[in-house]
Amino acid sequence: MRKIKNYCSIFLILCLIVTLSGCATPAVRALETDASQVKLRSIQTRAFDTTDKKKMMQTVISTMQDLDFVIDKTDFMLGSVTGSKFLGYEVVTMSVTVRPRGEKQLLVRANAQYGIKSVEDPTTYQDFFTALEKAMFLTAQQVD
Amino acid sequence: MGKTSKFLKPFLVILLCLGVIGCASIPTGFLKPSEDSLAKRQLQIRQYDTTDEEKIITSVAGVLQDLGFTLDASETQVGFVAASKKADATSGGQIFWAALLGGQNAVAQCDKSQVIKVSVITKPSQDEKKTVVRVTFQRVIWNMMNQINRVETINEPAMYQKFYDSLSKAIFLEAQKI
Repeated sequence: MRKIKNYCSIFLILCLIVTLSGCATPAVRALETDASQVKLRSIQTRAFDTTDKKKMMQTVISTMQDLDFVIDKTDFMLGSVTGSKFLGYEVVTMSVTVRPRGEKQLLVRANAQYGIKSVEDPTTYQDFFTALEKAMFLTAQQVD
Repeated sequence: MGKTSKFLKPFLVILLCLGVIGCASIPTGFLKPSEDSLAKRQLQIRQYDTTDEEKIITSVAGVLQDLGFTLDASETQVGFVAASKKADATSGGQIFWAALLGGQNAVAQCDKSQVIKVSVITKPSQDEKKTVVRVTFQRVIWNMMNQINRVETINEPAMYQKFYDSLSKAIFLEAQKI
């Protein structure tokens, strides 16, 4: 009898875990991110000492192409570039925006998704900006 | 001793479950240039002896139509055109071997149709005397049950060769106003 009780409690605990730890996705969750808004911005944003938006956008595009992305959309006024690449069975989509910062700088922000998850790992973005600064012959500066 | 192991057991089970159920993590390093990116550049890039970007990009749009693609998006100010095309993906050989080795179920897993996505970028070369064109292809393949079988970047040289042969021809035709 005691043994059955024991098994029952283990079973209940298991059920609880399954319900609690699954990747639940109510509608509001779609707007949630793990990192704070400020932290995410600093991970995803760099400033460059140039005002040539067109050249910056074309460099962003060629860097993304070097990284195997196929460009899906771009808009010059918005300064946005969106592309996708395949990693096994998952699709990685990334959008990059280029906008002026003050008189002398451009701000580049990248955000990527892996399948249905947002990429929030700093080193992944650092890899992208390292490739971008090499292609641009300029230093990517951290923005606070 | 018996008591501790009794306490430990459910604990271990819980740990195991958490490990198995937890959401799969995102791999890192996928935004790092790979070693073969130079070879890919050579495959994907051609230069044309003109600074007339407008002529090149209109020729590109023409070629994509020649090859049966429909234009999805474009932004001429950065020299960008994207297009896509639905095509047949059935391969007689694949179906034959699947039927031979796996029967009907295996045949249902065979490739049926594909969507090929292409994006083309034109920009002035470093010395601003030429125009650089870079094209990339991707495809998504569905099986007989209309499920996605696989997704991939196309790296076949023949594909790129075909595109650039057609583009050179189109630039010539455009110059002759045909």
